[in-house]
Amino acid sequence: MISPLEARYYRRRMPLLWWVRRRTHALFMAREVSSLFVALFVVELLLLVRAVARGATAYEAFLDAMARPAVIVVNLVALAFVLLHAVTFANLTPRAMIVRVRGRRVPSRAILASVYLGWLVVTAFLAWLVLA
Amino acid sequence: MTARTERRVTPEPFVWLLFSAGGVVAALVLPVLLVLFGVAIPLGWVAAPDHAHLLAVLRNPLTRLGLIGVCALTLVHAAHRLRFTVEHAFRLRRYDPIIATACYGAAVVGTAAAIYLLLAAL
Amino acid sequence: MAEGEHITLRVARYRPDEGETEPTLADYDVPLRRDWAILDALNYIKDELDGTLSYRWSCRMGICGSCGMMIDGEPRLTCATFLTDLAPGPVRIEPLANFPVIRDLIVDLTDFMHKLGRVKPWLIRDEERPVEDGEYRQTPAQLDEFKQFSMCINCMLCYAACPVYGLDDSFVGPAAIALAHRYDLDSRDEGDRQRLTILSQPNGVWDCTFVGECSAACPKGVDPAGAIQQVKLAAAQEALKSLLLPWRSR
Repeated sequence: MISPLEARYYRRRMPLLWWVRRRTHALFMAREVSSLFVALFVVELLLLVRAVARGATAYEAFLDAMARPAVIVVNLVALAFVLLHAVTFANLTPRAMIVRVRGRRVPSRAILASVYLGWLVVTAFLAWLVLA
Repeated sequence: MTARTERRVTPEPFVWLLFSAGGVVAALVLPVLLVLFGVAIPLGWVAAPDHAHLLAVLRNPLTRLGLIGVCALTLVHAAHRLRFTVEHAFRLRRYDPIIATACYGAAVVGTAAAIYLLLAAL
Repeated sequence: MAEGEHITLRVARYRPDEGETEPTLADYDVPLRRDWAILDALNYIKDELDGTLSYRWSCRMGICGSCGMMIDGEPRLTCATFLTDLAPGPVRIEPLANFPVIRDLIVDLTDFMHKLGRVKPWLIRDEERPVEDGEYRQTPAQLDEFKQFSMCINCMLCYAACPVYGLDDSFVGPAAIALAHRYDLDSRDEGDRQRLTILSQPNGVWDCTFVGECSAACPKGVDPAGAIQQVKLAAAQEALKSLLLPWRSR
């Protein structure tokens, strides 16, 4: 039951495309949309695995397909978004995780540094695994 | 007086844990692989690994399990995020059951494909 | 600055008692005094130009949380926003976003009051100690754990900034979650599980997508976005324990 007074309250609606109007909201949307390119690259990875499984010729064909200019452009865009995801996700970690060592709180800078260090280690390992 | 709070086990906390894990894994693993296979190798900056080497790496049980994990978690992460993004960007919250099914369903399909490729096809 | 400089305030007016069905914007010319905040300008309008203007304010020093409004589309405290920073204007002043407007710049905050009550923002003990045992003592380190989240002045700028709340006002919202977290972190409190259960329910923490606008808007540095993510982690751990260790008491 709404009182007559409450019935005259003015209720504003957010505009349908509310996220185009403010830079921070648009950046937020870009950050969220990065997950689309993350999924896209997972599909590419699975296509790579399929090509390797099918034999050397299929693998060469896959490499040729990846070298097509249109595909490289798409992958560059995907890379930009994947990096956006990685950086924003890493930077949000210290706010979400409070770590305590022997009763003292680990400062955010230290958490951030260890996240990026971990990223470096994993990157080096995977590069070695694939190329060496 | 301690009130006995009723506790319904809902899926959200577990989906969020998978989503977070997927975000971490995607952030750690995908950039280097995308740089290598998407940019560096096609542009010739780095020599492509030969087929035999990649096959050996992929056939390793640790790689198989690791890649299945990466794909599964990353796809769930993307599904979860895209579900909310689509609903918030276009005010489609009332269609959540359909959108959620489509998103997580796609993630399940992708994971199934990963499992097949990495366990059976190699 | 020259004597007699003015700045225009474009203020939203809404007078349902006079039959208006929609807000309108009215321009007021106020002196551009170096030490004036928007609140001083609003008081000037009410005193000198138009006594019918209605708005909330109290302490005028950023501690009561009454004077939150949208200033040029940003949720700000009018007592903490200065005219000289907004010159040459005109400055648009509208009621706090995402809340129903009662009249002029006054919004209905009942929704938040309900939500605040729902998260039990008080110390919960399994058993109260008798008074003779004395007070619950706390070290400075224990205070530091939750102090940041206790700084909330309930100004609701975070709700005005939150797009999730804007799209669906059944979301429990940043301040309520931050305040629940303040009590969860308090060493004297034993109600974590109750609050985490409440916050895990539909329209609780899981609706949040970490946009982060709430923390950007907060005038007291509470970082509700950080609090929400910490609550998500705690609630997820709690859910795991519930699942894997169902024999736990309570």
